[in-house]
Amino acid sequence: MKRNRTLWLLWLLSSTGFAVGLWIALPTENSASSASLIYLPGETTCGHYQIEIKCAVCHEIGGDVREQSCLDCHADELKEARDTHKASKFSDPTKAELLQYIDATSCIACHKEHVPGQTREMGVTLPDDYCWHCHQTIAEDRPSHASFRYDSCATAGCHNFHDNRALNENFLFRHVLDPAHWSTQKVLIRDSKDNGSQKLSASDHDGPSDTKPHVIREWVSSAHAKAGVNCTGCHEGSDGTEGVDSSKGWENHVDHRACQRCHESETVGFLAGRHGMRLFVDLSPMRPELARCLPMRSDSAHRDLTCNACHHAHDDDLRHAAVDACLECHADKHSLAFKETSHYELWQQEMSDSEFSGTGVSCATCHLPRMKIGDSVRVEHNQNANLRPNEKMLTSVCLNCHGLEFSLNSLADRQLVEKCFGEPPDVQVESVEMTRQWFEARGRKPPSPKQD
Amino acid sequence: MKRVRLLTPVLIAVVGSCMSLVVGCGKPSDESATSTTSPSDDAGMISPQKFADAVHAVMMADRTVYAKHVVTNLKKQNAPVSPSEYWEDEEHKIPLPAQMFRMGSEIVNEDSNAGFTYALKSLWPLNPQNKAAEGVETKGLNAIKENPDEPFYETEEINGKKYFTAIYADRAVAEACWDCHNNHPNKGDDYPEFAEGDTMGGVVVRVPLN
Repeated sequence: MKRNRTLWLLWLLSSTGFAVGLWIALPTENSASSASLIYLPGETTCGHYQIEIKCAVCHEIGGDVREQSCLDCHADELKEARDTHKASKFSDPTKAELLQYIDATSCIACHKEHVPGQTREMGVTLPDDYCWHCHQTIAEDRPSHASFRYDSCATAGCHNFHDNRALNENFLFRHVLDPAHWSTQKVLIRDSKDNGSQKLSASDHDGPSDTKPHVIREWVSSAHAKAGVNCTGCHEGSDGTEGVDSSKGWENHVDHRACQRCHESETVGFLAGRHGMRLFVDLSPMRPELARCLPMRSDSAHRDLTCNACHHAHDDDLRHAAVDACLECHADKHSLAFKETSHYELWQQEMSDSEFSGTGVSCATCHLPRMKIGDSVRVEHNQNANLRPNEKMLTSVCLNCHGLEFSLNSLADRQLVEKCFGEPPDVQVESVEMTRQWFEARGRKPPSPKQD
Repeated sequence: MKRVRLLTPVLIAVVGSCMSLVVGCGKPSDESATSTTSPSDDAGMISPQKFADAVHAVMMADRTVYAKHVVTNLKKQNAPVSPSEYWEDEEHKIPLPAQMFRMGSEIVNEDSNAGFTYALKSLWPLNPQNKAAEGVETKGLNAIKENPDEPFYETEEINGKKYFTAIYADRAVAEACWDCHNNHPNKGDDYPEFAEGDTMGGVVVRVPLN
């Protein structure tokens, strides 16, 4: 009897200890400890680790991955990329045989999560020869490809699985004669939002009476005051979405939802990228201390990545947001090399003389590019939209100033990427020359170079 | 005569809504169809063959309208837009009629309520994506090449699923079609020299039977 009691006590103690251990290891939204990883089947990819504690974003109760969850975040991106392998291309029943090798209608056929040992660039979890299964007879149509390695299609700067907008042969042929540098090297100029309101002065401010003078000074010289946006335009109570709830009165803390009232596309872009994806799934803001895939500055470890991380609350100097805001956190080789490059020299020239407007190259020029949408120019705030694979950057960024072949070679030169493109490329991508030969053999002459 | 009157509105409804009705149109016979027969359409129900013929008629009508009244009309007016294979890459371009047809098929094929699939296939595809599959497609395309006025019908099994497959000749009707095809850089060494009226490919309509 006494022995039974001892055993019961032992069981109770060990069960309690086990439960407490699990509770301690329970991932909280701010922890990424090795203990919390016991709830994860494996390390999460660079694309998703920020939101890994929100299992339900991707998983059904019970563990299965919802295929739709991939599209919830990435469908627009794929549409924009004119996905070369979109699922509808495989809906013809005769494609069933091809799908036996790789089910191209399913995202997770190629992008599995929590399998670090299998995960390659861009979260691909198939070996590099994935193209070969369906395209192994390519040399019959393109004899020039006969000598290429079976795993080089998507690794040599020639093809991507989804986005080939700037890699298809018609596009390449149109740019065969491009010079390395165009004579006019300029990006789009941002639109200033003119809402027709009258400019406000210091005496117009409707903030609390104890508002600090320097805050008022910064606001008066900001685009907000010039556009008639008063203090309550941002600080009026929020209804929990981007809407206003006046009954809540003044709110000192303003988050992205207040910015979204006027800056819809910018906020949507921000939430879709690495900077805002935690906020998108209702987690706390990203902080450099949580970063796993890129080195960050330790003195910024605890900063919250909100709109205000780059755009100061009252002083909206966009020049700061374009370079220094990035370098306050990012400490990888590419970022640290930027200020040594000719791109940065051009940026300094633009900053010092308005005559050079649009000719400078900042971090934002390449990673948050200006896009023409209808009649307006807006800044793409999803910094991942043109980042991986980096050929996505060709049309939105590189070709504004450089020819296609020079750009392709530069993007394929990994050492040059690390140096932040401070010098000419040392890599030669063959696709442009192959395209020239292919079309010339069929009696077509390359068109005269024309900047898009 | 009465039966014809009954069938007409039903056919129109099917053609108009491009479908899902086929599922509710009874269980077609499991017998393999030949090039001249198909599962029966008793009691006012539409057979897969009639259904395939009907949707094919709509497809061809739409494409003819696009080719004749949109594309040709633009050309006649020297409009600042013109059809191009690379319409997505270049400004002021619109899709070729064949591309318009393929885009439509992709939309239907990914619509689970449509209840059937279709595609434009060829024995000499300029786009490898449109190459006729081995088996029924190749057999059917060879058959319509010889007899363009006789659609080819057959049941087939793909990946464990049974289909009623109909293949209709797709002919060179406008000079722009064969001119572009005959001079296309993707054409292989065995590519035919097409002329007016030649069968350049086939429209493959597949209706699932189970």
